[in-house]
Amino acid sequence: MSGSVFVTGIGIISAIGNNADETLHSLRNSRTGIGKLNHFRTRHANSVSVGEIAEDNQQLHLRSAVSNDALYTRTSLLGIIAASEAWRNAGMEPGDRFRTGLVSATSVGGMGVAEDHFTEYIDEGTNNEWLPWVNTLDCSDSTERIADHLNIRDHITTISTACSSSANAIMYGARLIRHGIIDRVVAGGTDSLSRFTVNGFMSLKILDPSPCRPFDAGRAGLNLGEGAGYLVLESERAAKGKNVLCELAGYANFNDAYHQTASSPEGTGAFLSMRKTLELAGCDPSTVDYINAHGTGTEINDLSEGLAIQRLFGTTIPPFSSTKAFTGHTLAAAGGIEAVLSVLALKHGIIFPNLHFKTTMPELRMTPVTEPLTGKRIRTVLSNSFGFGGNTSSLLFRNL
Amino acid sequence: MEAFISGLGLISPQETYRQNKFPDSLRLSENNLLRCVEPAYADFLNPVMARRMGRVIKMGIAAAMICLKDAGVEKPDAIITGTGLGCLGETEKFLLSVIRDDEQFLTPTSFIQSIQNSVAGQIALQLGCMEHNFTFVHKGFSFESALLDAMMLLDADEATMALTGGIDEMTAHNFHIYQKLGHWKEKVIPSDLLYSEKTPGTIGGEGSAFFMLTKEKTLKTYAKLCGVSQLNRPESNEEIAQYTNRFLETRGLSFSDTDLVLLGCNGDSGTDHHYHALRETCFNGTAAGRFKHLCGEYQTSSGFALWLASVILKEGCIPDIIRMGQIKNERLSRILLYNSYENNHSLFLIEKC
Repeated sequence: MSGSVFVTGIGIISAIGNNADETLHSLRNSRTGIGKLNHFRTRHANSVSVGEIAEDNQQLHLRSAVSNDALYTRTSLLGIIAASEAWRNAGMEPGDRFRTGLVSATSVGGMGVAEDHFTEYIDEGTNNEWLPWVNTLDCSDSTERIADHLNIRDHITTISTACSSSANAIMYGARLIRHGIIDRVVAGGTDSLSRFTVNGFMSLKILDPSPCRPFDAGRAGLNLGEGAGYLVLESERAAKGKNVLCELAGYANFNDAYHQTASSPEGTGAFLSMRKTLELAGCDPSTVDYINAHGTGTEINDLSEGLAIQRLFGTTIPPFSSTKAFTGHTLAAAGGIEAVLSVLALKHGIIFPNLHFKTTMPELRMTPVTEPLTGKRIRTVLSNSFGFGGNTSSLLFRNL
Repeated sequence: MEAFISGLGLISPQETYRQNKFPDSLRLSENNLLRCVEPAYADFLNPVMARRMGRVIKMGIAAAMICLKDAGVEKPDAIITGTGLGCLGETEKFLLSVIRDDEQFLTPTSFIQSIQNSVAGQIALQLGCMEHNFTFVHKGFSFESALLDAMMLLDADEATMALTGGIDEMTAHNFHIYQKLGHWKEKVIPSDLLYSEKTPGTIGGEGSAFFMLTKEKTLKTYAKLCGVSQLNRPESNEEIAQYTNRFLETRGLSFSDTDLVLLGCNGDSGTDHHYHALRETCFNGTAAGRFKHLCGEYQTSSGFALWLASVILKEGCIPDIIRMGQIKNERLSRILLYNSYENNHSLFLIEKC
């Protein structure tokens, strides 16, 4: 296994913008996308704040320019929009000699439709309204819709590891390239809001009814979000002569093996994934210019992640922030969305603010960036994504 | 890229969990479904924990532990799973409670267990294993991607023992909806007659198959996995034949170097032509076998097939019950497995070592 992996395209859609330009504009202006839930009815509507994309499914259908030959869930439409942007951004030429893959991630899949027809499924009666949609429920559906739309055939698969899913998709894509199985890959993830997820997180009692406050002493939980984020990664050979954005210099995945949903108090898994990522990149911790933290705003995550960062970086902690107060926690899409934000930070020399922060956590000696910092020379960005099932993943992006 | 298969653990609709040998007697389907023969989970898990755990998670943990014991390994340095539908039973349970109680009185247990990487996460918890932990959820590529992930780790010296599994359960509701979609035979047939009717549909199945993939050969090694490849939405049987040719050619082999071609025929007249075409075009003189009358059709059935191939190579004989046709090979050292699930097609190369 050998060779560098380069980022040649980015694509994103979330509560703060329908593409990379709109997203950057929101970030520069500290304009959050967190607000009320509008697209479906739930008893909990007034108890949650979410990062919901304003457009409804019909509008997303138009934006994605899909034909009417298949059924598209919201998850699929978001994925197609963001993956297509990354594809165009990378100047991809379909039909050339390079083997192209797609590694996508999702956790919700087609649950947004399935949950509306669940009694039909359970009752096993003669109502067949959901029948045409059955095959859209599982995680592979959005991946195959994206692959068909972009005509990607050489290698496709789907990863689902909760909140670290699309970070894992990106590193799997990189490894497929480094092992010579494909030359380039569209990698990332997509997730949409659903009643299933809102209720699931309510049952865990980790939702903040107000906009979340990552790394704040008074933080009260996370806000759910939706969206999609994809990178185009290419081998050195495939990227020749192209506009390369940066290098994916390091990545790593570990497991906290502590609890099904909570991270270990010391953040051991987080520490291991960050450390190995830097080792792979040949990077000393002192050379990291910005950490885009997982920073969900839950009591447990922010503490364990903070302790892990302190343990790894010692007395010289780089500027860091969580952008989840902008987008919400986009679950399986978070790693992909935040990878795109990390590349934007690198290319534009901006460190994004950690919104809604007021007071440093008493257990930590670190304070996030609270205003957009522009005109910075950013050479490396470390992005963290930690998920249920104990999964801890990190990615390192480096300017050329 | 290669890996040694150095431990097996299989919970399937046949008697396979007690020992990794081909079972003496054949279990048949009931109402077009082959349901797993399950161990007493209290043998693998704390009974209190087992009572609260979803069925597919128990199937996963138990098969993983059987595999670890078989391999003589206490803790692997990677845990990778593939599943087509994930923890479907728990998803159904949570959603039912949300709807029945109108989004009130929510308890998190079934929500947490419904998350697709629950099996891999639980195994890591049980073993205290902090290493690489991935889950693939892509229909007929789920298990294949998991194997490829393991092989890449071993090849790059990022792991030496990768515990890799393919798991899917068939819930009653899911069986019913697939029936409505026309997946199953219209009339009930026994699984031993699966291939005798040229009609649409097949029979349902499920299973949990775990493998200890190792960088080096061990005393427990069954066989060598020499390649796994995925082909999406082939446009013709010619394309499948060409793809198979390239798969072998890049490994310095031709069709005649295969001693047994193991096929994922499932009795469905709409799709079995892929298998028959490949066999007739490329493997005319080769011994052939099929396996779905033993495990049924499900997204990760290639896990059952890989177990079967490993056992065949270790024992050095092909069970009559899986044979297709009359050709018997003198040599039995290389098996090509060709399987598909809807538009996802895959090839495996397994060798005696």
